[in-house]
Amino acid sequence: MRLPAPSFDITHHTLDNGLRVIVAPDRSAPVVGIAVLYDVGFRSEPEGRTGFAHLFEHLMFQGSATLEKLEHFRYVESSGGTFNGSTHFDYTNYYEALPSNALERGLFLEADRMRGPRITEENLANQLDVVKNEIRVNVMNAPYGGFPWIYLPAILFDSFANSHNGYGGFEDLESATTDDAKDFFRRYYAPSNAILAVTGDVDADGALALVDKHFADIKKRKGPKRPSFAEPPLTAERRETHADPHAPIPAVAIGYRVPDPVNSLDQLLAMLLLAEALSDGDASRLQRRLVQRDHLVTDVSVYLGEFGDPFDERDPTALTISAHYPDASSLDTILRAIDEELARVADDGLDRGELDRVRTRLVSVLVRDLDAVISRTLEFAKFELLHGRAELIAELPERLSAITEDDVRAAARTLRPDRRAVLELIAGGAA
Amino acid sequence: MSPATVPALTTPRKPKGLRATEAVLDNGLNVIAVRKPGVPLVEMRLRLPFLSAKPMHPAQATLLSEAMLTGAAGLDRVGLAAAVQALGGDVSVNVDADRLIVGGNVLATNLRKLLDVVASVLVDPTYDKDDVATEKDRLLEKLTIARARPGVVASEALALRMWGEHPYALDLARPDDVAAVTPGQVRAMHRSLVRPSGAVLVLVGDVAPGRMIEQAQKALAGWTGKAPKARVPDLPPPPGGPLQIVDRRGAVQSTLRMGGPALTRTDERYPALQLANLIFGGYFTSRWTENLREDKGYTYGPHSRVDHHVLGSTLGLNVELATEVTAPALLETLYELGRISALPVTETEVASVQQYAIGTLALSTATQSGLASTLSGLSAFGLGLDWITDHPARLLATTVEDVSAAAAEFFAPTAFTSVVVGDADVIADPLAALVAVER
Repeated sequence: MRLPAPSFDITHHTLDNGLRVIVAPDRSAPVVGIAVLYDVGFRSEPEGRTGFAHLFEHLMFQGSATLEKLEHFRYVESSGGTFNGSTHFDYTNYYEALPSNALERGLFLEADRMRGPRITEENLANQLDVVKNEIRVNVMNAPYGGFPWIYLPAILFDSFANSHNGYGGFEDLESATTDDAKDFFRRYYAPSNAILAVTGDVDADGALALVDKHFADIKKRKGPKRPSFAEPPLTAERRETHADPHAPIPAVAIGYRVPDPVNSLDQLLAMLLLAEALSDGDASRLQRRLVQRDHLVTDVSVYLGEFGDPFDERDPTALTISAHYPDASSLDTILRAIDEELARVADDGLDRGELDRVRTRLVSVLVRDLDAVISRTLEFAKFELLHGRAELIAELPERLSAITEDDVRAAARTLRPDRRAVLELIAGGAA
Repeated sequence: MSPATVPALTTPRKPKGLRATEAVLDNGLNVIAVRKPGVPLVEMRLRLPFLSAKPMHPAQATLLSEAMLTGAAGLDRVGLAAAVQALGGDVSVNVDADRLIVGGNVLATNLRKLLDVVASVLVDPTYDKDDVATEKDRLLEKLTIARARPGVVASEALALRMWGEHPYALDLARPDDVAAVTPGQVRAMHRSLVRPSGAVLVLVGDVAPGRMIEQAQKALAGWTGKAPKARVPDLPPPPGGPLQIVDRRGAVQSTLRMGGPALTRTDERYPALQLANLIFGGYFTSRWTENLREDKGYTYGPHSRVDHHVLGSTLGLNVELATEVTAPALLETLYELGRISALPVTETEVASVQQYAIGTLALSTATQSGLASTLSGLSAFGLGLDWITDHPARLLATTVEDVSAAAAEFFAPTAFTSVVVGDADVIADPLAALVAVER
């Protein structure tokens, strides 16, 4: 069948201070999305400062060049908009969805904090408490909290950059200073280290003129040189356990280092189709084997990218197989069954029609994710930052169409037991 | 608050009008179709009334929802799932005390084929005993996992305290009840309750509405019948009373849940209550968030919200507090509740939440899936696209006095029934110094 091919009208522009701008008009509804992505994430935080990139993200909401604390939120929300920010392995984003009559206001707000956040002892202490509470609610007081994204990288990767806890330890967070924050801003928040994306109810020329008005006079400064964080595939299996005091039943996460998502995109896409064939829906291979036939697991999922977004990271990234299972003694049986299913794909290939149906659904999901103006804005900015081209999103259906069964088999062949890291979650909350 | 440099808003642009086409099919099914381009998909929400006072209903309904897609009309669960996936589609089933929803989405060109698959599930589901047994085991495991979460423990405790003997008191099915459900009971429930008359199908996407209705008519013609009308008692008034402490030993946070009555969307004072809720704790600029998070750092984020259930609407206050500041955070919460109920809100606050409510309504209905879910939710109350279109005017017509009056009535500290899940050894005494508590 023919797959839908989305098309977008994207204008590129780079300001003299190095800020890269993309504008993608869509006049169908009077809303706009604005996103600024800075090319810094967990991987760039210094040793002894785990969690700092995320703590710093919070500080970017605490007042800026001309605005007091609380004003950012108030201006966005009283204009009828919403806002947020999030820290990832390779980047940090800040964004607003607004009625289109607030376009210039939104651009002003982003420019104002690109000039500099208000880093004070009081703001730092306050947001340290907020971040600790964020970690308590999402990790420390929750069953399966942070599993596996915090704990699996620790055994799958070797370097500090790739393996440390991105949320951060309390000791590290507490030792952060306002000087650290000022240094971090100077080093990583230069205009030349950022992408600005504007989509929705704008005309390209008008939007670029407003961008120029608010961002052009931000001083140019040198951006950081990003080191390579790449790590080659494992050569021997690694196994660790993670004790979870709240979890009522065990879980496992199996990680594999996978090809460079930027420079080997087609290999990544083959791996993505394999992941979908393994775990998307009741017709997928691991659902059939582990859930329906062998009754070994409660659920199983296979995904690329530590947060489940295959396009969210540069090299290195991971494929993760994760499952909850009721019987703590069945882990080896589960691993053997997974290996058998991977070998079946590698040796025998896929069933008739399997690749086509998996690919059709995957394209449908990719397209569906672009419906909301803010999702579209964030996706364009992310592809522009990590892949150098926002347009690549529109080309994914075609790229996926070119992936063959042999490509998927080749991907399956790389997921060998000696290349995996297995993290077993010990259920401390079992009744 | 405004330095001269912050740009003013420009003239708002009017949204393109959407039109809903409604039809009642021969089988009694109400279909609402809206053409909404954007992406080449259609979103589907089939909503079936599922309210019941029968004690085993929640367990049976939950297992039914888990097992509904395990086979139909000669296809097994793999066959069904593969058929849907090949259409670029997805179908899922979920249930709560009010309704069962068969939801999904599909590439627009494949809508008819997806409706055919859905029809086969509605008319001729299998509920094979082995599949039902598999889903029963998984459901028990999922319920165990859910109940390990402090938010679920707190919600269950609050529902029980607010509603007592009423069916709404049970948030999640009880494991013993689930264990006792048979495939025969699930099949009987499907035969009785999964009927088109009284159900509403919402279709939103990039297809002409007349065509979507025609496809629904053809695909679903063989689905017939009417579910019996449920007899369910009215919702009792929540009792208020002491703060109930549920012990979670060693917890690093306390999970506070407070609930009270609210107004339904059809009440003319509802916009005032909606705005009062936003000012109190319904958006980031709210008093509760600015105080507890941005000033004190006691929490990652408090949230208050109005929920609309078929039998009545409720106000809910949710917050997770660092254990050692649980009592001071309750003190601030009571202060903010007292302040908003005893003193008028300000002009600036009302203007801000009016714009926020209007803007976020537009954003949440700007996607196919958002609009479909909103229309499906509204349909249970006899409301439709008009409600969405007309609501901004209602919000703008609401005055400071209206909002203050709603706040005084619904946000009084005494209006709430409350529970907290936390480390009782640490939090009980400090809390008891502030309010009456019960362990």
